[in-house]
Amino acid sequence: MSKIKGAVIIDTDRCKGCALCVAACPFGLLEVAPRRVNRKGYPYVIQHDDDRCTGCASCGIVCPDGCIEIYRTKTED
Amino acid sequence: MTREDIIQPQNLVYAKPSLMNDVGMHYCPGCSHGVVHKLIAEVIEEMNLADKTIGICPVGCAVFAYRYLDVDWLEAAHGRAPAIATACKRLWPDRLVFTYQGDGDLACIGTCETIHALNRGEKITLIFINNAIYGMTGGQMAPTTPLGMKTATCPYGREAELHGYPLNITDMAATMPGTAYVSRQSVHNVAAIRKAKRAIRKAFENSMNGRGSNMVEILSTCNAGWKMTPLKANQWMEENIFKLYRLGDLKDE
Repeated sequence: MSKIKGAVIIDTDRCKGCALCVAACPFGLLEVAPRRVNRKGYPYVIQHDDDRCTGCASCGIVCPDGCIEIYRTKTED
Repeated sequence: MTREDIIQPQNLVYAKPSLMNDVGMHYCPGCSHGVVHKLIAEVIEEMNLADKTIGICPVGCAVFAYRYLDVDWLEAAHGRAPAIATACKRLWPDRLVFTYQGDGDLACIGTCETIHALNRGEKITLIFINNAIYGMTGGQMAPTTPLGMKTATCPYGREAELHGYPLNITDMAATMPGTAYVSRQSVHNVAAIRKAKRAIRKAFENSMNGRGSNMVEILSTCNAGWKMTPLKANQWMEENIFKLYRLGDLKDE
């Protein structure tokens, strides 16, 4: 059966930690990195589980700063 | 399949639009301006009009919009963007001319320019970011602030007796004979963002086809001015602002 696999790259230097993507992810795979800030002093978002990502692009669409790049592909297993 | 196998150029499905510059935006975290900037960049890119677009910047939070999108921009005096857009479009009829204005710029100090440019049927598009507050100056009451909303200059909530009623300038625009397409959208979730993009595309196509003036109002959040988290601001907007300002196309001819 084919399965859709996705991956995201978050530009953590551009991210401001607004967490809109955290709420937009249908699987809850994103989180604000605990107790970390980027070079501008903002908290930033990381993906804590990349196994279940389907590359639906919800996080990228809602991101106000355009920090998220999304890749998607089909696997046959 | 490893993460490295998925991250290949041919698998890219979404990224920051290429018309958006790499310079970091000055907007507060979670501000709706960024989403609307992205939508405008995507629409211009899809319409292949990057070399033929002239945007007019407002005064307000979006005053630095010219730093973020890689198209030609002009900076207008406070509220005068529709007047400058009129001149641009009349001198270069083949260009896509749009203004990008907030509610303090478009609905308060620039009411005269807005109403007359729309009513003359200039072939321009007005993108109206309505966050019901003066964001840049620190959250004062705007003409579009709903009754009962607390701001720095109406700390007990807006009262009709004292402050008058909220100004619904988009509904006003829909009644004008000069407008071709008037729409009100929001960008609080994925579905709404997709709809807003379609509305912006339609407005831009109309103004390129010379079909009267177009206005797209985007209901936005100002989480810093509203003193809320970005998520809470979205919820608050759904509960309170959507009651006053109806979403959807108000006029489509």
